[in-house]
Amino acid sequence: MTAATLLDGCAAAQARPAADAPRPVLRERGQREVFCGLTGIIWLHRKMQDAFFLVVGSRTCAHLLQSAAGVMIFAEPRFATAIMEERDLAGMVDAQDELDRVVNRLLERRPDIKTLFLVGSCPSEVIKLDLAKAAQRLGAVHMPRVRILNYSGSGIETTFTQGEDACLAALVPVMPALPADAPAELLIVGSLPDIVEDQFLRLFADLGITRVGCLPARNARDLPRVGPNTRYLLAQPFLGETAMALEGRGATRIEALFPFGVEGTSDWLRAAASAFGIDPALTEQVIAPGRERARIGLSKLRPQLAGRRITFLPDSQLEVPLARFLQDEMGMVLVEVGTPYLHRAHLARELESLGAQVRLSEGQHVERQLDRVRADRPDITVCGLGLANPLEGEGLTTKWAIELVFSPIHGFDQAADLAELFARPLRRRDMLEI
Amino acid sequence: MQLAVWTYEGPPHVGAMRVATAMEKLHYVLHAPQGDTYADLLFTMIERRAKRPPVTYTTFEARDLGKDTAQIFQDAAREAVTRFNPQAIIVGASCTAELIQDDPAGLAEAMGLPLPVIPLELPSYQRKENWGAAETFYQIVRHLGDKSLTRAPREGRKARANILGPCALGFRHRDDLVEIRKILSQLDIEINLVAPLGATPEDIARIGDADFNIVLYPEIADEAARWLERTFDQPAVRTIPIGVGATRSFIADVAELAGADPTPALGDTSSRMPWWSRSVDSTYLTSKRVFIFGDSTHAVAAARIAREELGFEVCGLGCYSREFAREVRAEAARCGIEALITDDHLAVEDAITAAAPELVLGTQMERHIAKRLGIPCAVISAPVHVQDFPARHSPQMGFEGANVIFDTWVHPLVMGLEEHLLTMFREDFEFSDEAGASHHAAHSPRKVAPATDPVSQAPVTDIPAPAFAAEPGSLWTAEAERELKKIPFFVRGKARRNTENFAAAEGRRQIDLDTLYDAKAHYAR
Repeated sequence: MTAATLLDGCAAAQARPAADAPRPVLRERGQREVFCGLTGIIWLHRKMQDAFFLVVGSRTCAHLLQSAAGVMIFAEPRFATAIMEERDLAGMVDAQDELDRVVNRLLERRPDIKTLFLVGSCPSEVIKLDLAKAAQRLGAVHMPRVRILNYSGSGIETTFTQGEDACLAALVPVMPALPADAPAELLIVGSLPDIVEDQFLRLFADLGITRVGCLPARNARDLPRVGPNTRYLLAQPFLGETAMALEGRGATRIEALFPFGVEGTSDWLRAAASAFGIDPALTEQVIAPGRERARIGLSKLRPQLAGRRITFLPDSQLEVPLARFLQDEMGMVLVEVGTPYLHRAHLARELESLGAQVRLSEGQHVERQLDRVRADRPDITVCGLGLANPLEGEGLTTKWAIELVFSPIHGFDQAADLAELFARPLRRRDMLEI
Repeated sequence: MQLAVWTYEGPPHVGAMRVATAMEKLHYVLHAPQGDTYADLLFTMIERRAKRPPVTYTTFEARDLGKDTAQIFQDAAREAVTRFNPQAIIVGASCTAELIQDDPAGLAEAMGLPLPVIPLELPSYQRKENWGAAETFYQIVRHLGDKSLTRAPREGRKARANILGPCALGFRHRDDLVEIRKILSQLDIEINLVAPLGATPEDIARIGDADFNIVLYPEIADEAARWLERTFDQPAVRTIPIGVGATRSFIADVAELAGADPTPALGDTSSRMPWWSRSVDSTYLTSKRVFIFGDSTHAVAAARIAREELGFEVCGLGCYSREFAREVRAEAARCGIEALITDDHLAVEDAITAAAPELVLGTQMERHIAKRLGIPCAVISAPVHVQDFPARHSPQMGFEGANVIFDTWVHPLVMGLEEHLLTMFREDFEFSDEAGASHHAAHSPRKVAPATDPVSQAPVTDIPAPAFAAEPGSLWTAEAERELKKIPFFVRGKARRNTENFAAAEGRRQIDLDTLYDAKAHYAR
């Protein structure tokens, strides 16, 4: 993904009809306290168990990955960094040769690797190391044993979860083709914890939707098919590039809320069912038990959250749907909802439920945003780990945002867990007497 | 290109952040892309700081490249100065900004800011974190130290010292400093300045006021101390007071430079380590084989403690910092071994496997290697994880540091009495080999019994088995194998290795009971 396609993506998204009257969005530029897209590797490598992620970058990239991966780094992980050194910067030919050497050595050592992602970083993008060409060249050597793909997770182009978007978008061109005359298939897009994915697959089976694919699949080599009869359902709000790539192959998106909480999950399932012509009565019957369980779970947590004021700092693009859930189902009061990037088309329905008084912000100038947090003094602030303890130090309760990406939070049976993630810091603040 | 899963050191700008974060009223304007702010959480999470590091990142994006990144830098610098009102700023580039060649030094100078601006040149593709910290501290001292200072004559006043090196994200720096202050107060020496930890740029200006310097962490402070030696004629104490012997040498060296009487400090009775080490329960520590790896300063100090104060045998010694390899090589020679100088954790793992130690002293990485190999381990050096920034007082330096070290290193080992019981009652189920030592519980997983149906269990191909684990189809007779099992598990690996080496050297094709006991006799200490 180049800078140019990223900008085209923005333009395309904005060109689509959004809500009737586009609501004002505070757009800011300045220091951003966010992760780069490389961080997506941390959960993507757990999902695609036959894939390996090789970052081509600097010592900083390697240091970031080990800082973000914590203890996971040590169990023979399926990611690594090819650290560029002085001599790699001297000339381009040399860098490509070096890359071949590193990849060959890696594949020799790890015969279990079936898909290798060459992941671009800021340094490799700035010196314009052509990883697409390298992937092609190395792919030709190692096919059919190993498929070699590339995408960029650099900070100059991607923010945190956009790394997953770039990775999945790189998979779309190699998905097998679904013939134009084939029956319609459903595609769930966005990596979900296996347990959540299984719950959704069971629900779709109960609805009678049997041809269901997942992107990413648990094995990167078992890619689902895509074609003009593919109807895809986004499980995550940060998949703009992937959605465009899928539409490029003829697939059409099913418009729905994101599956957080009772209403989000119901709407998501109903949208898919209706797209596949399922009898609404059957749909209600299938989702009723899950709805009821989630409703009971949330009813215990609602008193703890209702009326509490919350601010989201930009992190993952999950902010808008999570804010909708916390407002509509838990009765929280939204103060500011910040997101690194606002995809107006994909979030159109989510945005409708956000009241006019909610401050919506895109991008970040972290100092000014923190000034607003200090002035607003919300009951809870959702933010990254670089800011959480300093804000606690100022007497503000926080919820660190990364956990929302690593924990199972989608679907009926995780709705209460999701609410608990926000309730726990508040309860803890009240419990501690020192 | 170097293939890396894990690095002992971060990039040099992280070293600069460590110095900036340690200081007060200093701000770092770092030309860097989005994402480099990840380093903030090292300070806010691992060290648990309740304040953001004083770093402003320019956060340039792809669309800015080739047009206004220089402007972005200047705007960020101006804003940082207005907002934080520091006494001085340091400016520099991270690895990506180094490639776009914006020259933060020149850009900041052109702005004519009303405060000292210290430019940093940190070559990200050649150097690493510790070098970055040392260079940053040196540049700060060189730019801010008031060269016109003249020290008052020594007569009629206390000796004055600078303590150099304590830093943010330093392994036990906070508590080491407490111990050093205690020693200096016993010697009646005045502290002119501690830096970088807690110092302001205005404090640094009077760094020349001290009579001498105490270099606690050469990785960070040596460069600056050498400049101070030349500029202000300040001699430096470079003895690292880690361990009882080293602490005594340190006291003697400091007292000599200060013209003070070392007796009160040497007579400090808080030192319990010598008696603990002499008490009979410690007899079992004699000649325990220990593998040591870390930064040069801590590795060398640990080797000396291991040999002279605990009676261990150092079977491996190394460091990840090439800049300070000489000291490690010298100490390794004293141990009769060859030093391992590498920043490749796989090479360290291989060396540990080959040395088959009974205790590993190292960094967070060695903790994980030792866990995988089932060997007891204690942490002696950065990089470390959050649990090694403890709430309780736990220095490494001084006499209290020696107490802490005794406890920390001996706890993961089987204590003497426990080892004795294990040997005596090894047939009893409570003391069976598989039960392991109680102190091991947190460190090594219980051995899993082999599955009765081999097909039902997928082979664990990911994790390489340690070289000294049992290998099927070996030369061992069933009888010798059974006898070997009677040897306590914590020495069994060594016994197996020794026996196999002995058999190979003797050219025996089978290892039977005789070979086992011949080898035992051969290797008897």
